[in-house]
Amino acid sequence: MSQKRDAAIVGIHEYPRRDVEGEVSPLQIKAESAARALEDAGLTWSDVDGIYDAGDGGGMSGLNIAEYFGLKPTVIDTTGVGGSSYEYHAAHAKRDIAAGKANVALLTYGSIAHSNAFAIGVGARGGATMHPAENMDSFAGMTLVSNYAMVAARHMYQYGTTSEQLAEISIATRMHAMRNPEAVAAMEDLEFLDIRETTIDDVVNSRLIADPLHLLECCMISDGGGAVVIASAEVAANCKKPPVWILGTGEATKYPEPGGDITVSAAAQSAPIAFSEAGLSPAEMDIAMIYDSFTITVLTILEDLGFCKKGEGGDWVTGGRLRFDRPSDGPALNTDGGGLSSNHPGMRGIFLLIEATRQLRGESNSQVEDAKLAVAHGNGGMLGSRHSAGTVILGRD
Amino acid sequence: MVEQNPKRKKEQKKEPTRPLPKTNELDTKAFWAATKDKEFRYQQCNDCGKVIFYPRRHCTGCTSGNLNWKTASGEGTIYTFSVVRQSYHPFFRNLVPYAVAWIDLDEGPRILSNIVGIEDPLNDISIGQKVVLEWEEHEDLNIPLFRPMGS
Repeated sequence: MSQKRDAAIVGIHEYPRRDVEGEVSPLQIKAESAARALEDAGLTWSDVDGIYDAGDGGGMSGLNIAEYFGLKPTVIDTTGVGGSSYEYHAAHAKRDIAAGKANVALLTYGSIAHSNAFAIGVGARGGATMHPAENMDSFAGMTLVSNYAMVAARHMYQYGTTSEQLAEISIATRMHAMRNPEAVAAMEDLEFLDIRETTIDDVVNSRLIADPLHLLECCMISDGGGAVVIASAEVAANCKKPPVWILGTGEATKYPEPGGDITVSAAAQSAPIAFSEAGLSPAEMDIAMIYDSFTITVLTILEDLGFCKKGEGGDWVTGGRLRFDRPSDGPALNTDGGGLSSNHPGMRGIFLLIEATRQLRGESNSQVEDAKLAVAHGNGGMLGSRHSAGTVILGRD
Repeated sequence: MVEQNPKRKKEQKKEPTRPLPKTNELDTKAFWAATKDKEFRYQQCNDCGKVIFYPRRHCTGCTSGNLNWKTASGEGTIYTFSVVRQSYHPFFRNLVPYAVAWIDLDEGPRILSNIVGIEDPLNDISIGQKVVLEWEEHEDLNIPLFRPMGS
């Protein structure tokens, strides 16, 4: 498929506060972020004709989110696939814009997971629901961290991957976070004990939450949100900021099956579709924005995106090659500080699009010189069981 | 004499319990009903031979829907596992450190469960280890857990 520059990210906003102290609602975060992102693009509410919503504001969002914003959209998409929802929304916005159904698409996210004291990672996955899969699983007391830890354990078993190799992902991300004032403020607000650049020893000596994953391999739980505005080429031509084109997208899900390989994620299915549509290869990417719920999430997805062969991710990430100041070694990873050290209110996918856009505009705190191409990959659900993958390839003019 | 808040007294009596499956969920109720007889049941398609787990009414390999219930031997292998060190669940928080694992039964089904019957979950479990089914007894059903073979 040939690359089509028919839809571009033209407006972005990342809500700056990570602890709203219960004073701001998810809907308020969504609306404020939307307004700032529209301003960033040089657009206004009445320009929006497509709305993409993962239901994070509560209620039946397809019915009520347009009213809350005060919009009359003609495209309404409520795809909800957890943290990857925003990569799906970007894919669908491109499709809808290409089909002439929408001109200006608005994606928003708001969450007060921190204020609500959600123990996302180590909370009670109890109380069997009526979904048959959950009804089989919930007796075992699998925390979210242990779900991902079981991927790490198997990856170590099959390929000899080590905790020290996984730690590379954590320390590169923290290094980027220390350059991002909002990430530093986030770590202060969330009362991180030791806010500084970290070493591999720091990570592997932090306490185990679920073997083999350590504390410093797990993302934070913050409040937050953001917005992304995607527009047609015609609209983008008159926006304030240079367009960041959506060049290719891919979607997939994966789930436990008899004989399945837990070390391969849904990204192995979604990535080739996205790269093929973009007519590009992983080696051409300057930036990799990958959902870093945990270190193992990134390692697995780096392999599945095709940066290296399956099982070779541990060696590939060794030696600091993911840092923003090592552009000749491949893509810079999560240059905003990631979910590990900057922003994770539960569904991080929107921030992947936002920071990738900053990089391709030259606006990042850890700017990769002359960055032209980025991949954003969202993972929704749980990597070690049922999860979704959304791959988005982005490029500047 | 110290007066006790009646609500508080009730709370003290109630021991936190393992979250138990619903026995009326329509796809999985036959599986859980069979656990009363300590049988681990799974499905296989009569037409294409595909093993289906978790239970459903349709074959995921072909369109037949002609499924047969089979009983597993209870022997399997640890596919992967993690030792949970931190849980906020009222029941599991008292169990840490405990092992969750994906178990591959010899007949094919892969099930999430716990590894029990070991002294030290931090050192006595490994991927590839052979395990056998052990039922944890409850009133309306039994829960399939696994212990290392020979332990």
